[in-house]
Amino acid sequence: MAEITLRDVRKSYAKNEVVHGVNLDVASGELIVILGPSGCGKSTLLRMVAGLESITSGEVAIAGRVVNRLEPRERGCAMVFQNYALYPHMSVAKNIGYSLKIAGLSKAERTERVNKVAATLGLTDFLERKPAQLSGGQRQRVAMGRAMIREPKVFLYDEPLSNLDATLRVAMRVEIRKLHQRLGATTLFVTHDQVEAMTLADRIVVMNKGGIEQVGTPSEVYGRPETTYVANFIGSPGLNLLKGAAHPDEGVIKLPDGQQLAYDRNQWPEIGHGPVVVGFRAEAVKFGSGPLSARFDFAEELGIAKLLHGSFGGQGMIVHVATHEDLQSGQPFFFSVDPRDIQLFDADGGRRLEEARTPAARTKIAAPIQVRA
Amino acid sequence: MIERTPVLDFITHALLIGSLVALLIPFWIIFVAASHDFHTVNQVPMPLMPGSHFLENMATAWERGNFGRVMLNSIVVAGGVTIGKIVIAALSAFSIVYFRYKLRMVMFWLIFITLMLPLEVRIVPTYAVAADALRPFKAIFELFGISVGLPEWNLLNSYSGLILPLIATATGTFLYRQFFLTVPDELTEAAKMDGSGPVRFFLEVLMPLSKTNMAALATIMFVWSWNQYLWPLLVVTDQQNFATATMQLQKIVPGPVFGEPPIWNVAMAANLIVLTPPVLVTIFLQRWFVRGLISTEK
Repeated sequence: MAEITLRDVRKSYAKNEVVHGVNLDVASGELIVILGPSGCGKSTLLRMVAGLESITSGEVAIAGRVVNRLEPRERGCAMVFQNYALYPHMSVAKNIGYSLKIAGLSKAERTERVNKVAATLGLTDFLERKPAQLSGGQRQRVAMGRAMIREPKVFLYDEPLSNLDATLRVAMRVEIRKLHQRLGATTLFVTHDQVEAMTLADRIVVMNKGGIEQVGTPSEVYGRPETTYVANFIGSPGLNLLKGAAHPDEGVIKLPDGQQLAYDRNQWPEIGHGPVVVGFRAEAVKFGSGPLSARFDFAEELGIAKLLHGSFGGQGMIVHVATHEDLQSGQPFFFSVDPRDIQLFDADGGRRLEEARTPAARTKIAAPIQVRA
Repeated sequence: MIERTPVLDFITHALLIGSLVALLIPFWIIFVAASHDFHTVNQVPMPLMPGSHFLENMATAWERGNFGRVMLNSIVVAGGVTIGKIVIAALSAFSIVYFRYKLRMVMFWLIFITLMLPLEVRIVPTYAVAADALRPFKAIFELFGISVGLPEWNLLNSYSGLILPLIATATGTFLYRQFFLTVPDELTEAAKMDGSGPVRFFLEVLMPLSKTNMAALATIMFVWSWNQYLWPLLVVTDQQNFATATMQLQKIVPGPVFGEPPIWNVAMAANLIVLTPPVLVTIFLQRWFVRGLISTEK
């Protein structure tokens, strides 16, 4: 049964609609990451679930109960904020135990539960400190403790890691994942960081301009993007997207300069003649030899590899090379792309074209996913 | 930034020391005048070194001014006004900042406009209301031709009459409003998620956070209400029981009676007595006062 259900949820400020009819089912115990650029409405969506924003139209249900008109405290959600939002005048113990105090629990019971939560989060030694005396990571843990202590049905995280430095962010990411495995609470996690999304999520919801672009497991979103937006947004770099014309009779996509990319006709049997957007990963390019050629512009050094930026058929392209290649700007290079690595999108709407649902065609999707931070 | 500007340093220090001396000279003169006997203090020029009659003059002033009773009155009134102002200011600012209702901004501006209507401007109507607190309601009823026999409620010669008309405060409301605006929204939301209602949030989160603000307001308002002169003079006729310290001072400062030399030594001693409480309040609260006015330290 779905723990959280969103039905055509919309949000408008005055005449300005910022969330356009979102539908989503979150299974019990699932960790969903809502991923999108800033201003895409992801935080607004989360806050509507929490009850901090009113819902303009549509329905939000938690555990089968429509909560549109309920106060935040009646919804059974706990939230972790980006800036932690700890009460500056209260000690760590009081911060964590505040919701229990409001709920009217006795002091003894409160202390016991605070101690238990503090022990899980490694905060036992800091219970008497004020938030100002804690480091960023410790504050983050207090914020999580404050959410945990209520033993909520639903956890909501609003970009909780964006204020931490890179090392700490990785460590906290792991802790959040562990915490989720131990508590098994349904979790919505909002972030703009795709690495966070990839590593944490059971399923990712990719949002753009107030709507959902795609919902899927991290490997689905990475390997089989539904739209050119998702294709370009996920992965670093995103999918190379080039305009071309499909020639299904020959099984190739012709670029404006006449070069041809072969695609897998078994996977894409029903492609019509005409313009398409062709996509392939920078990592899928076999550099060095092949029928295709592009002009080299400049390189980005990644340490173990390089990203070569080039111009292919007059359009920008990025190639991931592991070897140490030295190229001069303007120099041509040769490469090939396996037809099975080619993905095709509609030239107008940018939607993924219809594929054959054969097991053979889907093997590629299960290929190991490689994400670089 | 570390700078080395000896000339500028010298000028700023000279200016600071000069101002300090200018500030302290009147206090010194009061103290010196209060420590001489009647004859010495009336010499021209007055001596600038303290004499030996300080305690004697203080005792005379204390007794003549009935300061035992009067100081107590003043402390009750100034304390009452200060507490009242803080409560009213915090509550009204809480309503204006945290609740969305119609006419919210109108309310804010109405409060703000009262900055331009100090007690001295509205003293006649305020006195009329103090003389019969229910009179505005009576006037409204009369306007609509309803006759309701409201009792007379007289605030003259009472602590409530001295306190209540003084506690409305636009300054305080504004100070609190500015403070509440700096409290991050996420804190409010966190409290909501924790299940806190507005009253609890106000008492357990906002009030403890506004301690410095409160101290700043308390300092200003205590000194201000201690120095009130016109209103107590109007509302108190029973000077035996309800006179305040500033009112009493007027009786001790020598009046223009022909042929009687002014008793400056006792008058200055009384002055010292009267100025002690506000000075103490300022000294004790000034650290908080400065923090409350300049910083949004959280």
